[in-house]
Amino acid sequence: MTAIFKREFKGYFRTPIGYIVLAAYYLFLGIYFSLIYSYGSPDISSLLLAMSVVVTFTVPIITMRLMSEDRRQKVDQVLLTSPVSLTGIVLGKFFAALLVYIIGFAPSVIFEIIVASYVSVNVLSFIYALFGMILLGAALISIGMLISSLTESPVISAILTLVVNILVLYMSSFSSMINISWISNIIKKAAFISAVDSFGNNVFSIPDVVYFLSITAAFLFLCVRSLEKRRWA
Amino acid sequence: MIEVKNLSKKYGSFLAVDDVSFSIEKGEIVGFLGPNGAGKSTIMNIITGYLSFTKGSVTVDGIDIIDNPEAAKRRIGYLPEIPPLYMDMKVKEYLYFIYDLKKVKFPKAAHISEIMKLVKIDNVENRLIKNLSKGYRQRVGFAGALVGNPDVLILDEPTVGLDPKQIIEIRELISKLGRNHTIILSSHILSEIQAVCKRVIIINKGQMIADDTPENLAQKLSYDNSLNARIICDEKDMIKALSSVEGVMSVTSLGKAEDKAYEFNIIPKENTDVRAAVFSKIKESGKTLLSFSSNAVSLEQIFLRLTEAADNDEARRLLGTDDLTEENKESEEDNYDSDFQA
Repeated sequence: MTAIFKREFKGYFRTPIGYIVLAAYYLFLGIYFSLIYSYGSPDISSLLLAMSVVVTFTVPIITMRLMSEDRRQKVDQVLLTSPVSLTGIVLGKFFAALLVYIIGFAPSVIFEIIVASYVSVNVLSFIYALFGMILLGAALISIGMLISSLTESPVISAILTLVVNILVLYMSSFSSMINISWISNIIKKAAFISAVDSFGNNVFSIPDVVYFLSITAAFLFLCVRSLEKRRWA
Repeated sequence: MIEVKNLSKKYGSFLAVDDVSFSIEKGEIVGFLGPNGAGKSTIMNIITGYLSFTKGSVTVDGIDIIDNPEAAKRRIGYLPEIPPLYMDMKVKEYLYFIYDLKKVKFPKAAHISEIMKLVKIDNVENRLIKNLSKGYRQRVGFAGALVGNPDVLILDEPTVGLDPKQIIEIRELISKLGRNHTIILSSHILSEIQAVCKRVIIINKGQMIADDTPENLAQKLSYDNSLNARIICDEKDMIKALSSVEGVMSVTSLGKAEDKAYEFNIIPKENTDVRAAVFSKIKESGKTLLSFSSNAVSLEQIFLRLTEAADNDEARRLLGTDDLTEENKESEEDNYDSDFQA
C-alpha cells in the first residue's frame, strides 16, 4: 500500500495535474482571503466553505486518472499480480489523492495565523471547518475513484465525476422542485453542502462526520469490488 | 511447482479456456504454443492471479491462488504481453517501485542494479520509460518480473520487439534462469520454443491438444519421415535398386536435379529406419552420392498440422491420443501427404 501511495503521490507532480490543482486552490484561497481581509472579517471558516465550489471542479481532475490510467496503460497487470491486496491498492491511491487535496488547503492555516496575530479568533471553529472540508474531499475523492475505475478514459471519468459532484453537493437546491415533502426533505438533508455548512457554523456534528465517513467507506468498498469484478469479467 | 486442474474460463458465453490440466515440475522450462486467441495469455493471466476462472483449480508451490493469493503471487514473476510500465517513471525508479510493491527483502540498490545488468538496461537507468524503444521497454518489463527473484517466471512472448541480437541474449538468459527457476514461456516464434523449452504445451481454441517434448511430438507426427537422396546415376536402375532395400515402402524420382544427377524420395515403412541400408545400397552400386537428407518434421510443421486440423478432436487423433479406425487414419494421412507436397 505504501509503495502505491508513494508512486501515486509523486505521480501527481510528474505531470502538470498536481501543480494545476494546487495552483487553483492557492489562487482561490488567496482571492477569498484578500476579500475577507479587506472587509476586516476574521472568519476564515467562511472562506473554507466558499472553497466548496472550487472543490467541485478540482476533485474530478484529481481522481480522473487514478484508476482509469492504470487500465489504459495495462499497468493494472503489475499491480494485480503483485502480493498486494485490492484494498491496499485502492487505499494507497485514495490517500495519495487525499494528501494532494489536503496540501491544497494548507495555506488556510497560514491565513488563520495571520488573522489570529491581529484579533482574537475562534480557533475551534476554523478547525471544524477545515475538518469538514477534508471529510468532504474524502467523500468526493472516493466517489471519483469509483467512477475512474469504471472507465478507461480519464476525460469521461472527469466529466462524470463533475456531474456527480454538482449533484451530491447542491441537490438541496432542487429540493423545492419536488412536491412530495419526504423526498425533498431527504434531498435537503443528504446534500453534502448541508453537512459542510454545519461544520462551518462552529458545530461539530457527529451525524455529519458519520455521514461523510460512511459515504467514503462505501465508495472505496465499491471501488475494490469494481477491481475485483474486472477479474471475473 | 505449478498445478493446473480442469481449468475453464468463460467470457460471457465464450469459452476461452476449456478444461485444461497440466502440472509443471520445479526447474522445468515449458513452452506455450498456439495461434492468436487460443487462450495462452488467458491461462497465464489466471496462473498469475490477474484473472479468475470459472472452474477448476490453480496451485503454485502448493498454494491455491484463490485461497491465498498474496503468498502465491509472491512466488511468481510475470511479464505480460504488453509490459506493464508507468510511462512517466524512470527505469530505476520503476524497478524500485516494483521492489517496494512486491515487498522484497534483498538489499534494494544491489538487487536492482544486478537485475539491470542482467537484462542490459543499466545504461538507461535514468531515462524516462516513455522515451525508450520497444526493445528496451520489453527488457524493463522483464527486469520487473525478475525483481524479488521469484521461483516461477511466466513470460508472455518475452522476445517480441527485440532485434535478433537481443533475442539471442534474452533466450540465453532464459536458459540460464531455467537452471533454478520454473519458467512458462509463450511465443509465436517456434524456433524460440524449440531452442529454450524442453516441453511444449500446444493450445488451440482454449483446449490443450498436446503436452510433450518437441522431439516426441515430431516423432508422433512424422508421417513424413522420408529421405531424399541425390545421386549421379541412371534413373530407372536406381529406383529398382533402392526399392529392393529391406524396409523401403516406395521410391519415387523427383526428376533431374543437376547435370547427370537425379533426386529420389525414399519412403520407409512405418517405424523403420532405413538410412543405413539405403546408404550401403548406394555404396554397393558404386554411384556417386551428392546429398542425403532426412525430411524430419520441424516444430513449425507440427504446429501447423495440429492447429490447422479441422477441430481439436482431429488434432488429438493426429497425435494418437484418441482412438480411431484404421480407415479414417489412412484417409487422413493421404490428406496430409498431399498438403505437404503442395
